[in-house]
Amino acid sequence: MLAVYLPILYMIILALLFGAGTVFLSHLLGPARPFKVKTQSYECGIPSEGAHYAQTPVKFYVTALLFLVFDLECVFLYPWAVYYRRLGAFGLAEMLIFLLILVVSYVYVWKKGALEWD
Amino acid sequence: MVTFKVILPANDYMAVLPQIVLVSTALLVLMMGVFKKLVNASAPGFTALAGSLLALGCVLFVGHHGAPSSTFGGMVLVDGFSFFLSLVICIIIALTILVSLNYGNFFNCMRTGEYYSLLLMAGVGMIFMATAGNLILLFVALETMSISIYALTGFHKKQLKSSEAALKYFLLGAFGSAFLLYGFAFIYGATGSLDIIKIAGFIKTHPQMLNMKFLVAAFVLTIAGIGFKISMVPFHMWTPDTYEGAPTSVTGFMATGVKAAAFAALIRVILVPLAPMQHSWVTIMWIAAFLTMTVGNIIALVQDNIKRMLAYSSIAHAGYILLGFLAGTGLAQAGMLYYLMVYAFMNIGAFGVVALLCKKGEEYTSISDFAGLGFKYPLLGLVMSVFLFSLAGIPPTGGFMGKFYLFTQALRSGYVWLVVAAGVNSVISIYYYLRVVVVMYFSPQASENSIVLGSVSPGIVIALATAATAVLVMGIFPSYFFSLAGNSIFSLM
Amino acid sequence: MKFDLVRLIPIFPLVGVLINGLLGRRIVEKNKSLVHWIACGAVGLSFLVTLGLFVKLLGLPADKRLYDFTWFTWISSGVFHVNIGYQIDPLSMFMCMFVTGVGFLIHVYSIGYMSHDESYFRFFTYLNLFMFSMINLILADNFLLMFLGWEGVGLCSYLLISFWFSDLANAVAGKKAFVTNRVGDFFFAVGMLVLLTHLGAHGVWSLKFNDVFSHAYLLPPHLVTIICLLFFLGCTAKSAQIPLYIWLPDAMAGPTPVSALIHAATMVTAGVYFVARCNVLYSMSPFAMHVVAVVGALTAFFAATIAVTQNDIKKVLAYSTVSQLGYMFLGLGVGAFAAGLFHVLTHSFFKALLFLCSGCVIHAMGGEQDMRNMGGLRKKMPITFASMLIGTLAIAGLPGFSGFFSKDEILWQAYSSPQGSHILWLIGLLAAVMTAFYMFRLIFMTFFNECRASEEVQHHIHEAPKTMTVPLMVLSVLSIFGGLLGVPASLGGMNRVEHFLHPVFGLGAGKILQAAGGPSVIHKAVAQTAAEPHSFALEYELMLLTTLLVFAAIFAAYVLYVKKRDVPGRIAEGNPSFYQLLLNKWYIDEIYETVFINPLRAFSIFLWKGIDVVVIDGLVNSTAAFFVKCGNVCKSTQSGYVQRYAVSFMVGVFGLIAYFMYVR
Repeated sequence: MLAVYLPILYMIILALLFGAGTVFLSHLLGPARPFKVKTQSYECGIPSEGAHYAQTPVKFYVTALLFLVFDLECVFLYPWAVYYRRLGAFGLAEMLIFLLILVVSYVYVWKKGALEWD
Repeated sequence: MVTFKVILPANDYMAVLPQIVLVSTALLVLMMGVFKKLVNASAPGFTALAGSLLALGCVLFVGHHGAPSSTFGGMVLVDGFSFFLSLVICIIIALTILVSLNYGNFFNCMRTGEYYSLLLMAGVGMIFMATAGNLILLFVALETMSISIYALTGFHKKQLKSSEAALKYFLLGAFGSAFLLYGFAFIYGATGSLDIIKIAGFIKTHPQMLNMKFLVAAFVLTIAGIGFKISMVPFHMWTPDTYEGAPTSVTGFMATGVKAAAFAALIRVILVPLAPMQHSWVTIMWIAAFLTMTVGNIIALVQDNIKRMLAYSSIAHAGYILLGFLAGTGLAQAGMLYYLMVYAFMNIGAFGVVALLCKKGEEYTSISDFAGLGFKYPLLGLVMSVFLFSLAGIPPTGGFMGKFYLFTQALRSGYVWLVVAAGVNSVISIYYYLRVVVVMYFSPQASENSIVLGSVSPGIVIALATAATAVLVMGIFPSYFFSLAGNSIFSLM
Repeated sequence: MKFDLVRLIPIFPLVGVLINGLLGRRIVEKNKSLVHWIACGAVGLSFLVTLGLFVKLLGLPADKRLYDFTWFTWISSGVFHVNIGYQIDPLSMFMCMFVTGVGFLIHVYSIGYMSHDESYFRFFTYLNLFMFSMINLILADNFLLMFLGWEGVGLCSYLLISFWFSDLANAVAGKKAFVTNRVGDFFFAVGMLVLLTHLGAHGVWSLKFNDVFSHAYLLPPHLVTIICLLFFLGCTAKSAQIPLYIWLPDAMAGPTPVSALIHAATMVTAGVYFVARCNVLYSMSPFAMHVVAVVGALTAFFAATIAVTQNDIKKVLAYSTVSQLGYMFLGLGVGAFAAGLFHVLTHSFFKALLFLCSGCVIHAMGGEQDMRNMGGLRKKMPITFASMLIGTLAIAGLPGFSGFFSKDEILWQAYSSPQGSHILWLIGLLAAVMTAFYMFRLIFMTFFNECRASEEVQHHIHEAPKTMTVPLMVLSVLSIFGGLLGVPASLGGMNRVEHFLHPVFGLGAGKILQAAGGPSVIHKAVAQTAAEPHSFALEYELMLLTTLLVFAAIFAAYVLYVKKRDVPGRIAEGNPSFYQLLLNKWYIDEIYETVFINPLRAFSIFLWKGIDVVVIDGLVNSTAAFFVKCGNVCKSTQSGYVQRYAVSFMVGVFGLIAYFMYVR
């Protein structure tokens, strides 16, 4: 029974090997000649300023989170769209309810000011 | 291209009517919270109350008649068990909202739309946990409930303790959920189905499954996940910190609602489908039940903070209810349900009293603060005494009858020593419950920290009166409620 | 009017209790009269409902007069069920009629009597609670509900005796009553359990009266005797019979309306009612019947001797109550159940009347209860005097008054019935003569001659207010004419009471139980209690003898307490030991003190100081200390570090895994 899942196991092993192998190979093959400028973190070619662990505003986090939520929920629209005709009125109603909930949360987010940058 | 045949399930929307009402109310309340200019500041609370009462009405109106069945393609089970738990949870929601309405007078953040919306959403999660017929739905419901409650726990935004409580609960909760999910995966692996009824059928027809490590692993992981939610020792460590830090109204809610839903899940997922492997878990669950009640009671003895004390007491009560799990018979399960119902009333009542004793932005949670309360506010002292007596299991309260049913059934199933231990534990628990009563009535009131009742809204009066009455009624006329619980068990899918 | 309305009878007083008990303090602040309107109204409504049901019951043919109303299931345990259910039959309606009726009158009387009391609402709450319990006791259709009422009236009795609890003596009296009653209740409860377990062994798991009685034939005779005696011990406590009568005289510490209602008219007759209710069981055990009769006769005589020497007006009435209750048991014991209950009825009228009159006297005298400080009140309180005289004539059994018919019926039955004997009759006769003597002694000492009270007290003496005198008048009328309900056949009467109660007793009970679906087998001993026709000549002779002796006693009292008032003192001096014996109530209290109470107390002191303090407390305290220590140790595991919590979680999971891997 478990044999069915073997391809997945192969896939995982393969992925692990690829990732590890690439890092290992580049370490092995690449010449390692560090000097001061080279070890500095790369920042668009200009010299870096201040500490290299800069704080990121939490706004990025909120926006990213909101994007993720709405993005993932939109994914749900694809299978529905594919089977739209078969699902008929029932499907339409279900999707409208689903969208209504999304709209409510969107309005909430908007009114709460989560979409404003300042 | 493979084309799937689409079968539209014959859905019984009546079965999920309470949940629909609760979700709609939650959305409405959320919108009220953001359109502050259009509505009154107290509107979200009252709307939520109306919604919860409507849901309660729906539960009663739809009721449960006839044979148990399932709907939404096996996702939702329609049986007496669902009816009973929905009823209990709706009552819990309504009582919590009544308590919160008053609590919000002391803490402004408790009046927002988000608060009530999360409360209702958590309630929906609980109901689905109790009615789910599919492990996926059960897990989603559990997460709906949990995430709402994580947020609610941290609702005292300005109090560090509240945030700490929320964070601890969230971290450990995520941990516990992972185990639960892993357990579900093993169940699926072992039986090839996520449908609880099919799982039960599969195990019945394949007895050789019982010796497979797969099923054992499934049991271990699932019991760890659910054990976390019911604060079974040693998965209980989060309980005191979280209960103490959370807003008191929320503490009452999670002590009762989460426990009811989690025990429902325990019965649905483990006790009924895995019943054939009962003999294999007896010893370990015996130890777990014993530890749960003993640890809870013993640590509660030395607490000075009433919320913390009630937290440990809730661990101990989980231990008592586990007696029913061990006994496993139908009547024992009915005893569990009966106990959950009584527990809901008495615990929300006790936390409700604590939530009432506040002043603007501050709570009185030290037991010594209760000194002289019994004479200063006789009625309040009286209802608090009723709740504490019931928690201690002294007749004529529901707590006594609940223990009576559970202990009797455990005895019938032969767990003599465990019942003896439970009896000793009950005696120990009397000490710390009655200590509060003693302080209320026999300690002179200290002048500097005297409690003054700030605002008492009619809502909380109704809530406390209802809870106290229910506790007494269930203690004096237990037969009706016990037969209700019994019927719900015997029409279990 | 439907029989199902019977539930209203207890509900009204209960509502009164709830309103006055919970809100009484506020109501008194707003409007004091509302309290007594609620309390009296509740009892009045109960009485009206009772009256309606009574009339309806009378409209039914005699063998259909049984209705059982089941309200709801109270206790359900396997096959054993107990319902809150009420039984309507001639006996329960008979009792309920006068309990609610007399109760209502005494409630009205209390308005005046208690008007100056601070705890006005508390008093009426207790009175209503008493009515509720008493009604449950009477109407209950099973032993357990009856026992609930039985305990309830005991509680109310305790609360009301110690009503003025700030006085130590009252509190002690209440405690005495309560403890003595507990002794009786214990035996009662044991009797009930014996009955239940043995009937249960035959498959009859029921405590319902009708089930028990119709299956009583299943029980062996010696067991029935044991059960009956256990029950009777319970009744001796509640109805103040030898050996447990000692609490009743002390119970006079309560307010006088309480003495009238609880300790004369209603509660103390509960024992009589209960024996009558269980007549099927008692009829099966001739020995138990004899015990009842002998105890009754002895109590009647014994209490009368004490009453002769008492000087406290209420104590005289208290001992007279004990004595009259003895009569009732005598009647029951010789198989004349109806006669006993008839005496309950008439006694409730005239004894309530006497107590209420004494209350008026005490009220007027400013709390004075010693008759030696009274006298000459006849002119100052004419209504009270007239009422009290009527009551006295009734209790003394003058022809035409109610007491005459009931007492004579009992004496006649004691003489003539198969279970009776001439000795019992003689004791009863002597008691009757003494009753007439001490009651007229009371009248003469209180109302005749010159007033011996101080000037200041005399100045205040006045007739009581309307609310107090109207109940007196009503009760006076009932005391005179109440006896006409039971005029015996020998005097050309119908003896309505006996005919009315016939379906409940003896052969009648068998018929009605069969009609209700019971088995046809009723123990044959039951049949023996049925009265036989007899010649009237003997009855007339005995009646005449009694009457003559009563008149002689009245005359003697007149001589001793009006004409030659120095004689009683000289008699007392001439027989100092005997007088002291009577004055000190045969030293029964002292004997109980030495024989039972002191050894018990010594034993309990040993248990307290020796066992409890050292062994048990030591054990308990060290156990408690141990658990607290455990708590402190376990508490330290709760470190607050979330990572440690997670570790604990993992320990749990690994523990589970280890269990399944290695243990199983």
